[in-house]
Amino acid sequence: MPDETGKPRFAMYWAAGCGGCEIATLNIHEKLLDFDANFEVVFWPVAVDAKYADVKAMPDGAIDLCLFNGAIRSNENAEMAHLLRRKSKILVAFGACACEGGIPALGNLYTTQDLIDTAFSTPSTDNPQDLRPITRYAAPEGELSLPILSASVKTLDQVVDVDYYMPGCPPESGQIAAVVALAIQAFHGEAALPPKGSVIGAGTSTVCDECKRARAEKTIHVFRRMATYQPNLVDCLFEQGLLCAGEATRSGCGALCPSANMPCTGCYGPALADSEQGARMISGISSVVAGKTHAEIALVLDGIVDPVGTFYRYSLASSILRRARPHTDGREE
Amino acid sequence: MTRISIDPVTRLEGHGKIEIFLDEAGSVEKTYFQIPELRGFERFVVGRPVEDMAVITSRICGVCPEAHHMAAAKAADAVYHVQPPRPALLLRELLYSAFYCADHTTHFYALAGPDLILGPDTAPAERNILGVIHAVGAELAGKVINMRKYGHTVIELIGGRKVHPVTSVPGGLSHGISAEQRDEILGMGRWAVDFACTSLSLFRTSILPSAVFRELLDAETYTHRTYSIGLVDEQNRVNFYDGMVRVAAPDGTLLGKFAPPEYRDWIAERVEPWTYLKFPYLKKIGWQGFVDGMDSGVYTTTPLSRLNAADGMATPLAQEEYEQFFSAMGGKPVHQRMAIHWARLIELLYAAERWVELASDPEIISDNIRTLPTETPTEGVGIVEAPRGTLIHHYTTDSRGVVTKANLVVGTTNNYAAMAMSVDKAARAVIKPAQAVSQGQLNRVEMAFRAYDPCFGCATHSSSGEYPLDLVVYDKQGEVVAGKH
Repeated sequence: MPDETGKPRFAMYWAAGCGGCEIATLNIHEKLLDFDANFEVVFWPVAVDAKYADVKAMPDGAIDLCLFNGAIRSNENAEMAHLLRRKSKILVAFGACACEGGIPALGNLYTTQDLIDTAFSTPSTDNPQDLRPITRYAAPEGELSLPILSASVKTLDQVVDVDYYMPGCPPESGQIAAVVALAIQAFHGEAALPPKGSVIGAGTSTVCDECKRARAEKTIHVFRRMATYQPNLVDCLFEQGLLCAGEATRSGCGALCPSANMPCTGCYGPALADSEQGARMISGISSVVAGKTHAEIALVLDGIVDPVGTFYRYSLASSILRRARPHTDGREE
Repeated sequence: MTRISIDPVTRLEGHGKIEIFLDEAGSVEKTYFQIPELRGFERFVVGRPVEDMAVITSRICGVCPEAHHMAAAKAADAVYHVQPPRPALLLRELLYSAFYCADHTTHFYALAGPDLILGPDTAPAERNILGVIHAVGAELAGKVINMRKYGHTVIELIGGRKVHPVTSVPGGLSHGISAEQRDEILGMGRWAVDFACTSLSLFRTSILPSAVFRELLDAETYTHRTYSIGLVDEQNRVNFYDGMVRVAAPDGTLLGKFAPPEYRDWIAERVEPWTYLKFPYLKKIGWQGFVDGMDSGVYTTTPLSRLNAADGMATPLAQEEYEQFFSAMGGKPVHQRMAIHWARLIELLYAAERWVELASDPEIISDNIRTLPTETPTEGVGIVEAPRGTLIHHYTTDSRGVVTKANLVVGTTNNYAAMAMSVDKAARAVIKPAQAVSQGQLNRVEMAFRAYDPCFGCATHSSSGEYPLDLVVYDKQGEVVAGKH
């Protein structure tokens, strides 16, 4: 529904995430001016002053394009997801948190109560009464409410129907600019939108395919860590013994981290939309580990100090694992 | 009781909510500034390798990932008892200076700019960065965009990526830069110095003399006499990357200086049950509630606090501006919160000059960028000055360097008590009995905290991050009389 100026209406929202997606969007730099010329920004809390009530007052479907970044961590995040779904013609799960849960989903390795308890008992916390935030607090002047943190971090599509997925932590600005340009063309009837459910703003192969390092199909005798090892700039990082996620990760970033002599951590998500990123990494590792006996192999694998945090760094919420089994503290999954 | 909500608070990074309760007469009885989320980083980083903290904790905040990246990397250096070689330190600080230029530019023009350049009473629909672009003209708008672009170009050249850099590792960096890249960085740095001067001149000629800004600057409403803290170098000049934290009292006397491992002797965090965020205060002074003064442990850590806590700036043009600033404001310390915007631009100039200085150092292209750790990892604290305040990362590990305990005291959190006080004071000043509350008035309440450049992405690391602010005003019967809820 273009407004009276004929421009499509744009919204961007930040749920449980870090805001890096918003900065990456600002980093399209001079293309922001095209953006201004082509869209009517109706809701974008970090940049404009529209409030929730303004969104609630819009007719359903009033927003043409909504980029939703951040995971679903609280009832408020979920409510905003439902609201923006209803108000938006096209809802994009934007960035790793909305697509796969992202870094906040590492919280699924612990119970929500444990996350809160830790935050309110750190060594610098002054909390003699062992207080915790109360979601409905009776202040002398009236009741104050806080959102309820959910038992698990969820992806956007575990809460509402999603039209497109744009991966990356954050999505690379060049990819954002290309997607915005395509959206502008599509709104003017000059290009067709991809089929619903598509992954947009990314490649169709793996980070390895974009990486310029030399591969030699070696076996791995020892796993190394960046803490105590400086890899050479030429050879495949995985073959140098570093846990590089490149082979299990979708292309689209241009292999930025390996180019900076750091292993890929998998932020563009699974290489194929329906594949399991962690499982693919594990299978990649198991096929190259040196050693004939159980004991020899175990010795090599001992070098992997944090399997779940390495293989599911960004994709725990969307994986078949979803979360660590909650403790029997009465909280339901 | 009447109640006004501002929900969400906008043009800040993250999510906040302001609840204002009015008494029978319609005057403000009490204001609550709530932070509605928490992500739980301090818990879920446990079990992860400490060298990964620089990459995982940058996701606390995508607005200042460079700050978390550096604080975590410095903490990991300390955990492994390793000192990076000088070229690695130069490169880290160079990245960090370029980041400061981009970040301070974003805040001044995109977040605060609509209030400062367009004015607080501009219609909400115009009160945004696009409105600023239309007001300042295409040439300056192009420069603003360019400044952000140059900053992120340097971040990518050294840090590997524009957002969420990855290259700082225990003992140094994973890669260095070439002579060609250095030349490119140096050229952009010289341009940044000019841009910073242009911004200061815009401030001096267009914003400072305006009656509306002058009124806000001088208003007691936007003044708080609290402690100031900030990182300083060996000569007690402002430094963003390294040094000791200096603490200045509201009357300008010095309370002292502390090194990173001593932070727990100086800072404690108070808990209130109506918000997910804690309230840090100076332990040596103690928590007396949300009040100003020498006896209250409430402190701030903003560009203004850093200028108050230091003896000067380490670069020549910024030092001149520093002297002019205090002379124009009537001496040190300055407590008018709207002066934070001016101080931010002086820091922008310092960061740009420092960028040129570091890029000009012959060692910046050395390939001696890493000292490999050899000792058993134990425990370490890393402190940097994030744009929004002093940032502390503290990790304890097992003998393999896997995190067993983490504590994070972040920039915005430091300012939480002071921001809550500022919001309360502004609400009392702008909301009067039996008068309808206008949009511009509610915006003036938001401006009280916007000056701090609050980043609730950072602040909510402890549980779930998001950002806009909400303001609701309730009457004595609990009915909403203004704001969005």
